[in-house]
Amino acid sequence: MAEQSPPHTPPQTPPDTPTDSAIELEGVVKEYVSHGEVVQAVKGVTLDIAEGEFFSLLGPSGCGKTTTMRMIAGFEEPSKGVIRLHGRDVTDVPPNKRDVNMVFQSYALFPHMSVWDNVAFGLKQKKTPQDEIKRRVEEMLAIVDLTGREKRRPREMSGGQQQRVALARALVNRPRALLLDEPLGALDLKLRQAMQLELKRIQREVGITFVYVTHDQNEALTMSDRIAVMKDGLIEQLAPPREIYERPATTFVAGFIGTSNLLSGTATGGVLKLGGGRVLVPGREGEVAVTVRPEKITLTTQEPASDVSALPGTVSEVVYLGTYNSYAVKLADGAEITVFEQNAHDATVTAERGDSVWLSWQAQHSYVMGS
Amino acid sequence: MRRLTPYLLALPSWMWLAIFLVVPLAAMASVSLQTGNVIDGFVMTFSFSNYGDALGTYSTQLVRSLGYGATATAAMLLIGYPVAYWIAFKGGNRKSVYLFLLLLPFFVSFVLRTISWGFLLADDGILLGTLKGWGVLSADFHVLATSFAVIAGLTYNWLPFMILPIYVSLERVDPRLVEAAQDLYASRGTAFRKVVLPLSLPGVFAGVLMTFVPATADPVNAQVLGGTGNTMIGNIIQTEYLVNNDYPTASALSFTLMAVLLVGIFVYARVLGTDNVLEAAAR
Ligand SMILES: Nc1ncnc2c1ncn2[C@@H]1O[C@H](COP(=O)(O)OP(=O)(O)O)[C@@H](O)[C@H]1O
Ligand SMILES: [Mg+2]
Repeated sequence: MAEQSPPHTPPQTPPDTPTDSAIELEGVVKEYVSHGEVVQAVKGVTLDIAEGEFFSLLGPSGCGKTTTMRMIAGFEEPSKGVIRLHGRDVTDVPPNKRDVNMVFQSYALFPHMSVWDNVAFGLKQKKTPQDEIKRRVEEMLAIVDLTGREKRRPREMSGGQQQRVALARALVNRPRALLLDEPLGALDLKLRQAMQLELKRIQREVGITFVYVTHDQNEALTMSDRIAVMKDGLIEQLAPPREIYERPATTFVAGFIGTSNLLSGTATGGVLKLGGGRVLVPGREGEVAVTVRPEKITLTTQEPASDVSALPGTVSEVVYLGTYNSYAVKLADGAEITVFEQNAHDATVTAERGDSVWLSWQAQHSYVMGS
Repeated sequence: MRRLTPYLLALPSWMWLAIFLVVPLAAMASVSLQTGNVIDGFVMTFSFSNYGDALGTYSTQLVRSLGYGATATAAMLLIGYPVAYWIAFKGGNRKSVYLFLLLLPFFVSFVLRTISWGFLLADDGILLGTLKGWGVLSADFHVLATSFAVIAGLTYNWLPFMILPIYVSLERVDPRLVEAAQDLYASRGTAFRKVVLPLSLPGVFAGVLMTFVPATADPVNAQVLGGTGNTMIGNIIQTEYLVNNDYPTASALSFTLMAVLLVGIFVYARVLGTDNVLEAAAR
């Protein structure tokens, strides 16, 4: 005889894999047929998002971020591959049966409902008791700082407020993961920065896995625990922000994230000779590509010591940017290098336009790709 | 002068309303209270009994018209909503083609279209004749001259006026709202009931108004498809004006019909006022 299950038993189906991963994608491909041609929006994505992680999908427009997210939410079915949520294969499960919630790019708030009814929608669908709905909606509106606005209609609210309603509407259900598709895209810069901090605070408070889609590298770098940089339907690099920034795996990532300088040539004996200078690439031979971040480079008028990478050049541009100066330095071979210099002590600049200077940096700040 | 400009700009439309609505209405109101006949002329006698007499004689037709109008409107709603829904959400990039097809019958005159239905539905016509030939229907089966034929005709003729406003309101519903509802654990059916339907109600409201009023007042369908037993109030008004030349009775009937429809619309708007409808749907 079947046992009466107590209210808190875990799901009946045992997880396929015993992990604490919240979301797993395995070889996921999505093909669309448009105008009789097969288009691969996502070409084979494999990733594993941990419970409680703030995970970002970053990449230029059209690289397949939204498609990937819509497959996780269940609005699109993968053409190939498997999607698991908390170990359970959900590849064929419809969106209303998945324990994740989505914050849409344009919010998609129900225009005919008050803020309260918008936020309570999911709980009502799950047949939550009235008093619990009331308690949880109130609590959630307090978290997103909208107490007192319950009766408003979405159209009577500012963009930032609508954004917070959308967030509350999803979070109130205590999903095991929250999916956010460029949620701050429609806000102006100031509000966006404030909301970034706000989102991060809320995520810490509720401790839910966040999957965050953005094409804004700064946003991804400041908020995420890990970032998957996507290009043309594939993941180029999946790593924590610092590693993505310091050690870009491909020239695409190096170019897409922050400002970086790319130098390439043929190395002999661990040294790449370039236009009267040298770039130290210990242990490398043959064709190499080197990226150096602008803030790692020191700009001097004297020739630097011999234990660092050093290149001579001519200053072609100096831009004062408040907390730092940005220099453009032309090398002998015509390549232009960007250098950032902190305005730590005084407001004087090391060199002026037209000055001959030396650029130098420690060997560990060269990130070498290729052979 | 500045302040007057908007009113001056509105002047042509006010003139239009005055000349083509207010003046004829006033004339008709006056005629409805006169007595006399065509040969000797009509004189104003403030004969309010015209109304009582007309209603007493033709209340059956008035009630029948309202019944037919309401039934046809309900039928149009049942048929029209799914059609509008289908075009709006599944029409893809052929939407305008479907809308054009919908309006295509309007290139043929209203009366002609109705007469063609008369041919189609004739007792020994293409449809019934063939079916009777095959023995599917008994020889004395008929559709013409029944209330069904009239209501079907009304439904057919006014259907696009139901579909178009509903289509317009559905077209404006962002499909992502449906996805959002599904994401919040609503099934497809619930998502429709809680989101799409409430947002399309203004269109339904407009569609019902645009079809119920003309369908109730329509004389053509009853005349062409209804035989003798299904006369509607529109036919009576027409006959009183054009055949009997009893202008006061015809005017009184027209006014009565107008009053009934206006009251109906008012009550309908109050009971089903779009705002209330939307509130209710959000519960
Ligand atoms: N429904 C669709 N039909 C056809 N092509 C699509 C569809 N959705 C997305 N695509 C294509 O797939 C690619 C990835 O789109 P998307 O995931 O929206 O990119 P992102 O969100 O990174 O900007 C794009 O080239 C886009 O044109
Ligand atoms: Mg997108």
